[in-house]
Amino acid sequence: MTGRESAKSGQKPLLSLRNINMTFGGVRALKDVSFDVLPGEVHCLAGENGSGKSTLIKIITGVYRPQDGAVIEFDGQTYSHMSPVTAQNSGIQVIWQDLALFPEMTVAENIAFQTLLGRWPRFVNYNAMREKAVKALARLDVTLDVDRPLKDYAIAQRQIVAIARALVGEAKLVFMDEPTASLTQSETDHLLDIVRTLSASGVAVVFVSHRLAEVLEISSRLTVLRDGALVGAYSTEGMTQSRITELMTGKTFDQTVRARNVNANPVVLEVEALSRPGQFEDISFAVRRGETLGITGLLGAGRTELALSLFGMLKPRSGTVKLEGKPVHFSSNRDAIAAGIAYLSEDRLSLGLIQPQSIADNLVISSLDKIISGGLLSDSRKRDLVAQWIADLGVKIGLQTDAISTLSGGNQQRIAIAKWLATDPKLLILDAPTVGVDVGARAGIFDIVAKLAETGLAIILISDEVPEVYFNADRVLHMAKGRVVDQFLPAACSLAEIEAAVYA
Amino acid sequence: MRKAVQSHATEFALIAVIAVISLFLSFATDRFFSLGNAFDLLNTSSVNIIFAVGLLVVLIAGGIDISFAVAASVVQYVAALMLGWMGGGGWISGLLIAGALGVLLGAVNAFLIHKFRIISIVATIATFNIYFGLLMFFTRGVSIYNLPDWLTSRVILFEHEMADGSWIEITLPVLVMLICVVATWVFITRTTTGRQLYAFGDNPEGARRFGINIGAMQFIAFGWLGLMAGIGGLIQAHYAQEVVPNALYGRELDVLAAVVLGGARLGGGKGSVLGCVLGVLLISITQNGLNLAGVSPYAFKMIVGAIILVAITLSNTSIEKLLPFMRHEEGRK
Repeated sequence: MTGRESAKSGQKPLLSLRNINMTFGGVRALKDVSFDVLPGEVHCLAGENGSGKSTLIKIITGVYRPQDGAVIEFDGQTYSHMSPVTAQNSGIQVIWQDLALFPEMTVAENIAFQTLLGRWPRFVNYNAMREKAVKALARLDVTLDVDRPLKDYAIAQRQIVAIARALVGEAKLVFMDEPTASLTQSETDHLLDIVRTLSASGVAVVFVSHRLAEVLEISSRLTVLRDGALVGAYSTEGMTQSRITELMTGKTFDQTVRARNVNANPVVLEVEALSRPGQFEDISFAVRRGETLGITGLLGAGRTELALSLFGMLKPRSGTVKLEGKPVHFSSNRDAIAAGIAYLSEDRLSLGLIQPQSIADNLVISSLDKIISGGLLSDSRKRDLVAQWIADLGVKIGLQTDAISTLSGGNQQRIAIAKWLATDPKLLILDAPTVGVDVGARAGIFDIVAKLAETGLAIILISDEVPEVYFNADRVLHMAKGRVVDQFLPAACSLAEIEAAVYA
Repeated sequence: MRKAVQSHATEFALIAVIAVISLFLSFATDRFFSLGNAFDLLNTSSVNIIFAVGLLVVLIAGGIDISFAVAASVVQYVAALMLGWMGGGGWISGLLIAGALGVLLGAVNAFLIHKFRIISIVATIATFNIYFGLLMFFTRGVSIYNLPDWLTSRVILFEHEMADGSWIEITLPVLVMLICVVATWVFITRTTTGRQLYAFGDNPEGARRFGINIGAMQFIAFGWLGLMAGIGGLIQAHYAQEVVPNALYGRELDVLAAVVLGGARLGGGKGSVLGCVLGVLLISITQNGLNLAGVSPYAFKMIVGAIILVAITLSNTSIEKLLPFMRHEEGRK
């Protein structure tokens, strides 16, 4: 990557944007942004949520029209704005985060979808579609049964189908919006290989990802946006994750290990030889009052299944769970909540919060019994409870009655945590609490976690990002293939040691 | 073969249920298992199949339509009046008028849904009431019996006397039904527009990002159903030899149940013409068999409801769970 950068510095850009301005309802989403992509390079577009990344992508792909004065040069042509059709015809393809695929249709139809477009109806040539699909997949070195419906394949393969589709469109420039967000480590590695293959064949790739390690691994250059303005374009050579975070947020974050010694505290949860064959086996550990226990491991290590078993949503086959010394058997999560266990789900957006409902309603949903007055729900009690939690956790909101979807990822996560704290739990299980939360807001979430631990709450923090558990947990368990394979004390080991073990 | 069973699980489940019911009925009654009865079934089911393939297209595009059956009634009535003014007309002008009126009424639905962003079930419940209300208001519920001769005289395309003295007949409704079925099949599986409809129903946002014209999709889907409703309406008038304003009232739910039974998904992107035809046939066969078996017509609805539940459950349960040898196949892969 080092050599490539210097070789390319004199090249004429494939895409060059100047004077890009965009306003939505009086709010300036982009201010005078410039952006260059060189032919065949892997370029990362970085920035927090709301920094203008998606707006910029939508301008380049013709979904939005920038304000007058914009100059878009692509492949030798100059435009004042793009349209989706010109963008596609000139070789710009986007792989959206939600992939925009058609699960009920076959793999071939998804890949060669463009042959189905056009204003006037024509007869479909299925053989030609199949051929195109097989050829595109071959370029990526992947074999799939192109006649099967796409829904038969998992998300990682669908991602590949989306990339193959971009290739059918004779792409010169491919945008990938958070392509690895739902992939496991080995799937991510495979995807990064595919990106390298693309780049080597002369296709430029613009990569948008929250995972900075990946960004550094794959891209040769980096453009950073903050609050709709360009911070700068950099070579990734010599760049570090903390430097990128600084550029994105404009703040510096000192990460220090927060681990404390809590061995004198009484045990809250004790798990012994817990097994659920195929998902996790022979798990034993204990969590004390005021302790934050980190559990890390790759996707598919059985972390979430273990958490769901502790929360009564899955039934373990064997083993015992003791809560404050007493054995417990939960037949549903209602039992677990009543016993004092709270679980903040991994998939906050679809499972943890009810997006169209108000902030207040979301917050009280698990503790409705606390706001009953005279047998009916009391609005004033609800208001008081919500106001108290919002103040305690420092959530920035407009009105309590605003829809939860109006809040940023970080603030939504705080409400989700408050929702569970309102149930007065003894044990709080946080499953991937920073997914979809900006780098800047993550620190705030962990400040809350630390404060809660101070008050004596026992916390299990599950994350596949090793630094999160290293810096924020008192003790870290490493799970792999359904078993706890190792235990680390952040106070007595380095981040690199744990990372080496987990990513080995 | 196993691959075919897997990818067409609904169709195979329906064929299995139809086979079981037919077997039962052929023992329970002496008339059910005869060619004559089979052709009777085809003749009586034609109108519902025409409606069903039309509705299938709307379901595939992610919509639903409650209004098509009363729209067909409106078409019957208006077409009968127009043909009267024209001094009779014939099959060609009749089908053209009925088809055009049907497309127009379908387009009203598409317009409401696309222009005002009303979800299709609400929009079509509204037009269902409007169409039916207008029809009853202007006709005062009066039926038309003096239809042109060409419309009321039976057209027998093929007839043959069987050894036992019964007749098998193929009548015009069957031919029209077959044309509608084949046309719909070609349209949704073999044309780019048809595949765009599937894509639109499967993932509307994805389709929009490809520049598929969303408004056109709505007009095409509801227009196709309108066309089928118009044609079906005229054929029903031909079959019944009269136009009764409320004759088709309530038919929409029977047809909807049959189409969903045939594997179409409420929500879009899924459904096949074969499944849809089998769905209608299953319900017709059941009713016909019960009729022959002398079961009280009042019990029909109840039994048909139960069969819909059984068939839907069968086709939703993965076929591997029902057939152990299929599970083996999966495991080997």
